[in-house]
Amino acid sequence: MNFPSATLLGQSLLSGLFIGALYGLFGLGLSLTWGMLRQINLAHFALAFLGAYLTYQLSSLGFDPLLTLAVVLPCFFAFGVLMHWLLSRFSITPFNSLLVTFGLTVIIESAIQWIWTADYRRLESHYGDVKFRLGTLYASLPELLTLVAALLLCLGTWAAMRYTDLGKALRAAAEDAPVAAAFGINDRALALILSGTSAAFAGVAGGCLALGYTLDPSQIYAWIGVVFAAVMIGGLGKPIGVLVAGIVIGVTEALTMAFTSPAWAPLVSFSLLIVVLLARPQKL
Amino acid sequence: MSLQGRALVFSAALLAVSAATQAAAAPSGPPVRIGSTLALTGPFAATGLVHKVVGEIFVNDLNKNGGLLGRPVEWVLRDDQSKPDLARTLYEQLVTVDKVDLLMGPYATPNILSAMAVAQRYNMVLVHHTFGVPSLAKYEYQFPTWSLGPNPGETFPSLVFDAFAHSAHPPKTIAIVTSKLPPLHFMAVGAREVAKKRGIKEVLYLEWEAGTKDFGPIASRIKDADPDFIFAGAIAFDGNMLLEALKKIDYTPRNHFYLYPTPSALLKTPLGKDALASTVFEEHPPFTSNPVAAKFIEEFHVRGAKAGIPDTGVDVQASASYSAWQVLTAGVRGTKSLDNQKIGAWLKSHPVETITGNLHFNCPHSYCDDLMKVKQVQNGHWVVIWPPQYAAPGAKLIAH
Repeated sequence: MNFPSATLLGQSLLSGLFIGALYGLFGLGLSLTWGMLRQINLAHFALAFLGAYLTYQLSSLGFDPLLTLAVVLPCFFAFGVLMHWLLSRFSITPFNSLLVTFGLTVIIESAIQWIWTADYRRLESHYGDVKFRLGTLYASLPELLTLVAALLLCLGTWAAMRYTDLGKALRAAAEDAPVAAAFGINDRALALILSGTSAAFAGVAGGCLALGYTLDPSQIYAWIGVVFAAVMIGGLGKPIGVLVAGIVIGVTEALTMAFTSPAWAPLVSFSLLIVVLLARPQKL
Repeated sequence: MSLQGRALVFSAALLAVSAATQAAAAPSGPPVRIGSTLALTGPFAATGLVHKVVGEIFVNDLNKNGGLLGRPVEWVLRDDQSKPDLARTLYEQLVTVDKVDLLMGPYATPNILSAMAVAQRYNMVLVHHTFGVPSLAKYEYQFPTWSLGPNPGETFPSLVFDAFAHSAHPPKTIAIVTSKLPPLHFMAVGAREVAKKRGIKEVLYLEWEAGTKDFGPIASRIKDADPDFIFAGAIAFDGNMLLEALKKIDYTPRNHFYLYPTPSALLKTPLGKDALASTVFEEHPPFTSNPVAAKFIEEFHVRGAKAGIPDTGVDVQASASYSAWQVLTAGVRGTKSLDNQKIGAWLKSHPVETITGNLHFNCPHSYCDDLMKVKQVQNGHWVVIWPPQYAAPGAKLIAH
């Protein structure tokens, strides 16, 4: 086995950083709903892809891909609110939320396929033509935008939950809803806001996906495993944790691909997950 | 007989002949039912639609021209949703519940393998068009129309390297990168062996899992190796994703080959310039010199556009599909029966002329003929460049 060159190592690290940021962005909403609302929202992935397809569609009508968020975010927020309202209306348990949202995933995937067909879609935008060079290393604008979005949203969410009254109320409600309610915290309203925000985050992840990747409805399921691993390793309800875990997984995968075979990359995320769960089972 | 009498007899005879002719043209009686599945939904649906349109064209033309054995043909088509397990169940239903007379294969290797097992269980002939692993086709009465030849792992890479050997820039180094999907993987492994025998230095060999979404690290390793030639065991959009990842790190491959790409995808992107791929048929002479092929191409353009197929060019998928219908109907006409055992035996002993070539099935696995060719994107079109007798007029391999 030849040792990779410095350029290959550097490029792999960058590549891992960017894909890891996308894992973190994907996992942010899922981590929040799972950790704070005790709902395992599998439909989060389908929503992200729906956001990607909407970004693609609106861009093909002439809108700037980033400006499409002005449409996608409020729609997804509303959808997230509605989804949580329905789940709590029927008192869906955490396990059942997995089943219900899986069904929703299939519905959304079928809708995507019905509207956009199973054919591959690729958003061609001026963003994709821009890349930056640092020595022998390259970074494309879509990748940088994804990294910035992930950092802003994860750090912003962490800061909001730590320093704002809304964030503190959310954490209190997540820890003990009846006691929080006794202190005047409207946990139901907070849950709706959180669910809507998580869905909006899925829309952002979808926008980043559309900028950098080819879209195919069946790819929804390809992300579930690795993002779940990032969420569980990073800690439920921990925005910075999921970002760091996503980046660790992404970088480790990329380095594995640089040193050995790309076919080994999927082993990485799940091996890490197993190690973390064995070492610190209380994380769940 | 008087003149009037003769005229009367003549008119009556004319009427009788006319009525008889019309009766032969319009098939009658219970339909011949041909059952199959296709990926009408799911990840294979885009290509499944191509096969659906081809089948509709063929059955429609068949019924316009007297049907099969004088009977109308009914195509019983089910959606296997791109799932091999569902394909198996549906083929069982087609045989045991729908009681179809004949079977036609589904799309793509895993689904065909499932259907083959059912056909074997019920001793039915299975003609199919897109099975990529000949060594797994062990059933005696399966008949492939995308004929890769008896030893494609060696013969097809050899064909590709032959094309370069006759060019101005035969490659000295090669990077072989491949998906681990079986139909692609064995070809890539074959390419390694052939490259080694020809003294082409392998500077990189990589495999990736099917469904890989991030080609960044693979692109980085290719750039690091900087080969003269990239042989990619790539299917569908893999090639596009790899080229996009290479573009991100400012690397343009000198020569690049993709085994089974989505043809229109590499045509539409400027990154696909000079890309090479495999084929058995393209829309140019000598293929279009066949009047049956020319007529089919015309019909496919019209019906494909109506069906919403983005690129209605007839290439390997559509042509192999049409050939499959030609083979099945040849077997029925040759035996003048719907007896699957007789049809199978007849096909085993008689070649069939199809739009992709003359197909023989009297060899192990029935992959007797090597129909494979090499095509290249030139001036926004796919053109065959090798072997030279099938090359588009004036087309030669562009090698760098």
